[in-house]
Amino acid sequence: MSGAVPLLATSGLTKIFGRLTALRGQSISLNAGEIVGVIGPNGSGKSTFFNLVTGFLRPNAGEVRLNGTPIQTLAPARIARLGIARTFQGTRLFAGLSVLENVRAAAQLRHPSSMLDAVLGTPRLRAVERAVNASAEELLGLVDLRRHAHRRAGDLPYGDQRRLELVRALATGPSLLMLDEPAAGMDASETRRLLELISEIRHRYKLGVIVVEHDMDLIMNLCDRIQVLAAGETVFEGSPAAVQAHPRVREVYLGHE
Amino acid sequence: MSGAVRLLAALIGLAVLAAAAIYAPAVLDDYMVRVLIVMCINAVLVSSLALGNGFTGVFSIGHVGFVAVGAYVSGILALPLEAKASLLPDLPSWLASWYIGFLPSTIAGGLVCVALAFAVGAPLMRLSGHFVSVATLGFLVIVNVVLINADDFTRGARTFTGIPMQTTLPWALGWLVVTLVVLARIVYAPTGRAYRAVREDTIAAQAIGLDVLPTRLSAFVLGAFFAGVGGSLYGHYLGSFSPKSFYLQYTFLLVSMLVIGGMGSLTGSIVGVIAVTLLSELLRNLERGMDIGPITVPPLYGAAQIVLGIIFIFFMIFRPSGALGDRELRLGWLLGRRNSSERT
Repeated sequence: MSGAVPLLATSGLTKIFGRLTALRGQSISLNAGEIVGVIGPNGSGKSTFFNLVTGFLRPNAGEVRLNGTPIQTLAPARIARLGIARTFQGTRLFAGLSVLENVRAAAQLRHPSSMLDAVLGTPRLRAVERAVNASAEELLGLVDLRRHAHRRAGDLPYGDQRRLELVRALATGPSLLMLDEPAAGMDASETRRLLELISEIRHRYKLGVIVVEHDMDLIMNLCDRIQVLAAGETVFEGSPAAVQAHPRVREVYLGHE
Repeated sequence: MSGAVRLLAALIGLAVLAAAAIYAPAVLDDYMVRVLIVMCINAVLVSSLALGNGFTGVFSIGHVGFVAVGAYVSGILALPLEAKASLLPDLPSWLASWYIGFLPSTIAGGLVCVALAFAVGAPLMRLSGHFVSVATLGFLVIVNVVLINADDFTRGARTFTGIPMQTTLPWALGWLVVTLVVLARIVYAPTGRAYRAVREDTIAAQAIGLDVLPTRLSAFVLGAFFAGVGGSLYGHYLGSFSPKSFYLQYTFLLVSMLVIGGMGSLTGSIVGVIAVTLLSELLRNLERGMDIGPITVPPLYGAAQIVLGIIFIFFMIFRPSGALGDRELRLGWLLGRRNSSERT
């Protein structure tokens, strides 16, 4: 899948908060169909990296390119529309809305309609609603949440909330999916199901995936490549086996586990 | 229900409503008709307030500012030319010689509010939570001060009078139906889903491609249009009013109707309007004092406001989401059938 232009490429990405350099000169690149893990101790810059790529933060220096186009100055919603979807640490659902509405709200991104369509009840609106529904139902089926479709999202068990957030991100039809600690708070069997789910999503939708995660089992089994951050600097990048073997990585990160 | 059946049901419903509105004055006394008209106008205002406050979660206290603008704009436009010459002698000549009827002036009132809402909303809709409430209160105060001081146009603090009293029950009910149909169609469509997503979590909404500002602004502007329309209806109902008719007291009345009925529900708005109106009318009689058998109850001035205030506080404590919360009353539910409990 490696074409001339990678799906996502950052270069020299730097973010400074006051006197703290949260991320310094970070570069990463990935192609469609690839899963890349980003690991590092707390405060190593993983979340900053996520927020820089998705537009929630602006870099002090460096570039983020999606399919070759710089996006680091765009607003988050614009970046989402260009095809980067994300989840959040600790989930951010539309808690008061139903499970189905959470996914519909995201699915309608790919099926635009206007207010006038709604007021006049045009055939286009009905077609949009049908398409949005079909897409939402399919995605809920993917994570076994269809039977909870009409429950309030905030009332779901935690593991279900995380998987709902994942399919909500997927509903926007992204080319790059960014998962921020998807396995946090999950037990071993839930983590295994999550691993299968992410692998299936990668194959089914042919998208690039970036995962930030503390669960080393998940990361090592899921990722094609891993980048290790520590104190905002890139320590190492390589295959899971290489990461596990690398002495500096063991020292800064794995050693503390 | 199939499309044809629904259309037929809607047409029959409208025909019954129209007949009821037209023949109501023959059956009901004048007082009842007046209460019904005011209820319809308030329902237009409260449901349009629910759009921003309930569905997008931007709690505006400035709605009555738009009501005032709608009332004055349509009042100036619909004032008969002779009345205009004597009551507003300092009006610019292009306005002084311009007269349009009830319906066009009502729409004009709404459209002026649309323009104003764009200008006011563009900076304000960036704010969240309490900040936006306070800021919209500021807008209300500004409108009030401008109305008092622009006396060439408004007669200032003096009563603006002479507007043809054309808001009959069919007009008020007709506008209410239009308002509810438009709002319901928007709220229960992709646009409304975007409103609720932004209300629930602005960060997550951005992550699925929703821009917070335009989403909120569209609800604010649409709400302002119907506020302007309601203002015109109210102006053409009263015939004369002054800036203080559209200020804090009216704001409190509309907000309590909204909160008591349930903010995220259009039918909740109607329930709130009916409940608060009936209560106010009952208490108004109490205020005048009365005789219950041998006991004479003295006049209790202000009782209506006090009781309404207390009920408002009770709702805030025990049922902050209002009577209906974000559910809609449905026909099936009213007829006693179990709702499919679909939350939207």
